Amino acid sequence: MQTKVRLQSEEFDAAAEAAALTRGRADIGAVVTFTGICRGAESGEPIAALTLEHYPGMAEVEITRHVEEAKARWPLMGVTVIHRHGRITPGENIVLVVTASSHREAAFAAAEFLMDYLKTRAPFWKQVESKTGKTWVEAKGADDAAAARWQNPSGREAAE
Amino acid sequence: MKLIYFAWVRERVGKAEEEVMPPASVTTVAELMRWLGSRGEEYAHAFEHPKSIRAAIDKSHVRPDTVIAGAREIAFFPPMTGG
Repeated sequence: MQTKVRLQSEEFDAAAEAAALTRGRADIGAVVTFTGICRGAESGEPIAALTLEHYPGMAEVEITRHVEEAKARWPLMGVTVIHRHGRITPGENIVLVVTASSHREAAFAAAEFLMDYLKTRAPFWKQVESKTGKTWVEAKGADDAAAARWQNPSGREAAE
Repeated sequence: MKLIYFAWVRERVGKAEEEVMPPASVTTVAELMRWLGSRGEEYAHAFEHPKSIRAAIDKSHVRPDTVIAGAREIAFFPPMTGG
């Protein structure tokens, strides 16, 4: 079981990370790769950049805890999570979740679970930089609802 | 104890971290926020809506009714917006 959690300011290569998870293995039958990308506009207004602030000591611990929970809930063969911090311009990657399993159901569910938790529980805060100044992104109720559905112990069923 | 602030809580308080010695009557996270709110204009502004502030003790999420005794580091921040 290969697990990688990384926080970094530099850009990452999603395809290379997915390839690294399956290299030399014939037991993995499914890999799901989710990449969150910085949009060039928020609510119709163009933006110059996003700045992600994070709580250094806590972010890695919190993400690792949720990766461990995902591994306990689904038969995973590999997980990679990379979350960037600092200034990110439109078109650049923000976050990567890669999950590998023998079948697709576990890989899809675990990737979605991890993203829902990263959105609402990982200590990161986005600030939008536009020509009118800098504003903090407000948390969305829809993200909380997406994370809450995993609290049902039946897991995947609750998401549907 | 050490306090750390993030995002707009940090901006409103005007500092990223500080050492404080709250009175013994301050026993929970909610009470600590109330006490901090009484420390001046910046703090009053930062903590005017305690329901929109989240807290962590020693790098774990906690609820407002959590007891702060024994905490080394308490962080205050807005709801998270990562991912």
